Amino acid sequence: MDILASLLDGFGTSLLPLNIAVMIAGVTVGMLIGALPGLGSVNGVAILLPLTFLVPPTSAMIFMAALYYGCMYGDAIASILLGIPGASSAVATTFDGRPMAMSGKAGVALTASAIASFTGGTVSIVLFTVLAPTLADAALAFGPAEEFALVLLAFTTFVALGGQDRFKTVIAICLGLVLSTVGLDMISGQPRLIFGDLPGFYHGISFLVLAIGIYGIGEMLNTIESTRNKVAMVQPRMTLGTVRETLREMRGSIGTLSQGSVLGFFVGTLPAAGATTASLMAYGVAKMTSRHPERFGKGEINGIVAPESANNAASTGSFLPMLTLGIPGSATTALLLGGMVLWGLQPGPMLFIEQPEFTWGLISSLYVSNVFAVIANLAFIPLFCYALRVPFTILAAVIFVLCVVGGYAPSSDMHDVWLMLGFGLAGFVLCRLDYPLAPMVLSMVLGPIMENALRQSLIAGQGTPSLFLERPIALTFILIAVLLFTLPAVKMALANRRPPAPALAEEKA
Amino acid sequence: MRRDFLKGAVLGAVLLALPGLAHAAEWKPQRPVEMVIMAGQGGGADRLARAIQTMIQKNDLSNMPFLPVNKGGGSGAEALRYLKDKAGDPHVIMATLNSYYTTPLLTPIGVDIAEFVPVARLAVDDFVLWVNADSDIKTLDQYVAAVKKQGRGFKMGGTGTNQEDSLVTAMVERAFKVQHTYVPFQGGGEVAKALLGNHVQASVNNPSEAMQFYKAGKVRPLAVFSEKRLPELPDVPTMRELGHELVYTMQRSFVLPPGTPKEVQAYYVDLFRKVDQHPEWVKYAQNMSLTRDFLAGPELQEAFLRERQQHQDLLATMTASAAN
Repeated sequence: MDILASLLDGFGTSLLPLNIAVMIAGVTVGMLIGALPGLGSVNGVAILLPLTFLVPPTSAMIFMAALYYGCMYGDAIASILLGIPGASSAVATTFDGRPMAMSGKAGVALTASAIASFTGGTVSIVLFTVLAPTLADAALAFGPAEEFALVLLAFTTFVALGGQDRFKTVIAICLGLVLSTVGLDMISGQPRLIFGDLPGFYHGISFLVLAIGIYGIGEMLNTIESTRNKVAMVQPRMTLGTVRETLREMRGSIGTLSQGSVLGFFVGTLPAAGATTASLMAYGVAKMTSRHPERFGKGEINGIVAPESANNAASTGSFLPMLTLGIPGSATTALLLGGMVLWGLQPGPMLFIEQPEFTWGLISSLYVSNVFAVIANLAFIPLFCYALRVPFTILAAVIFVLCVVGGYAPSSDMHDVWLMLGFGLAGFVLCRLDYPLAPMVLSMVLGPIMENALRQSLIAGQGTPSLFLERPIALTFILIAVLLFTLPAVKMALANRRPPAPALAEEKA
Repeated sequence: MRRDFLKGAVLGAVLLALPGLAHAAEWKPQRPVEMVIMAGQGGGADRLARAIQTMIQKNDLSNMPFLPVNKGGGSGAEALRYLKDKAGDPHVIMATLNSYYTTPLLTPIGVDIAEFVPVARLAVDDFVLWVNADSDIKTLDQYVAAVKKQGRGFKMGGTGTNQEDSLVTAMVERAFKVQHTYVPFQGGGEVAKALLGNHVQASVNNPSEAMQFYKAGKVRPLAVFSEKRLPELPDVPTMRELGHELVYTMQRSFVLPPGTPKEVQAYYVDLFRKVDQHPEWVKYAQNMSLTRDFLAGPELQEAFLRERQQHQDLLATMTASAAN
């Protein structure tokens, strides 16, 4: 009752004309920023933060939250249309989004992603409203040991269900892990793998440089090579009929939607995990529970629904540690936290008590901006689809320019552009040799989190892995991870014992 | 004719030189200034840098915005190396803390802070020994007893190895002849979170990092590593009062890349002098229990080099005692 009253008060704030105006501006700008490969919510928030001095703090925060939301919607657009994830949280969306777009169903894929994002966001805000005070303390129970176990689990859900050549998957993961160790070691401060003394390697290799290189440049080379003279043309259509068609195709997706949304919210509330982990786990779980796992990766609609609902749910969830504890759950919320300090608010456990108008105004605004975001997104889809009708010869040049800009913008360092081109070539070669690239990109994102958490746990356990055994949550996660990892081997062993099955098992392996 | 020509030439030369002179006297940023922070998000250094960025922007103290960027990797080595590589770039400024002294001494990144151009020291920050409010430990004596009892198992959370927090921990270990298990995290915010979640048993967070949690009754201060009691924590004794000569403070300053021209340095010194006098900064310092202590020019560089020497000595005794 108390919560409901506060929420209604909050709507009183968020539905003021000024706040509605900043929400619309926020989601629109955010979506455009998100749609550009290489620019994600972090860049958007960082660039626009200074603009927010023009309005009062609550409106400023509502604008920033709307921008963050819009970016999360927009990220999917680049993933689906170009196959380049705009942010690490949208990597999983490329797995099925790209194949769908290639087979002419870009409109359906984009609509499905918009609807999934909306559902994920909304479910998450409802959970947030109800559970915020309770969950804040629960999230604190997540220490380095739990973080490590969770990331390990996310990794295995994805890899164990990957379906590609296992040996090559392992090699790709190892490559990604090696790349993730480049730069200064967080714990000892020593530089690692900097190739002599190349200053560009000190800040490590950014995920974006690798992703844009592989998915942008590499994929472009691949398309040029495989199509030769006959240019592959995608003819996406987008009418109201597409929305109806999508809804029809999504009829079987309600289970996936709710799984993704709830999973996304809870993973998002954990301070270190975030939207990338959530979207991967959701994809893995969706594939595991699907009646047609073989369709994943080839343009299955649930392969878009799962990660998109999860990453939007997670981005809402990441507001929770920020608002209740003053601890950022992601790079973007860290910037927002900086913004709050800047607007004269003191983030921390007292915020809810001292500034109810601000906190509830913000929470209620999430409901409203989510509605605006889905409307804006659906309205923009025809425009984005139109871009795909451009002949590939022209599109390739545009993608190349976007890639170079996207590689240069975040660090303003030419070093990253050269590196990106190198990754593009390497990605092309690896792709030709049938190495799966997604595990490599993902291990680069998750590698550093895993490494730090593992080392912190081992230090805390004085060099022994005792922490993992003593803590029930961590132990459970690790056991599930081990189980998932060995599952294919067990299945194979069982299949060998029963002669009629092997044909199928081999096909899958 | 000739005289006219000469006159014209002189006039022309003067006219040409004027904007140049005016430019030299009053340099101003031509594009947004990148404010590199030597630490991760959420820590004391980060909060301070971002607060100052706001004040500059809100009150139009500079014609261009300041954009904060965290480069906290390797105890700030990432930021130091970045600043070195930006030599001569007038649009980069770095917010430093004490790892400004220690990191170049410990990490082979080819940085000598004597090459950097100092701007201003704004404040000195303090260290407090904290435990979780659920803990049974209520006094320093109980703390020492608890650490002794657990042998090496008592977990102290702090920032990167060899950063300030680990130096303070080493000082405590030396003074009380105890040993902790030191768990490094990325920035003071992460440390505060780990203490709240009981993943570590103690921390030496700066007051600004833990004050909110203290007000919410979630953490308990045991002692202060400063000369005097802190106005914000009037009931918490100093280590000195408790009979232990443990004093360590953290400087909060700003520096420029090597080879920055004089007029650029003058611009930033002037800017930070304005910040120092601004009522918003005075209030912020009070809230965060920072001691305002403005210092600029050659005196600041001297202070930097002197403190670097002190840290070098401290590190030397630490490694010596670790070897024993």
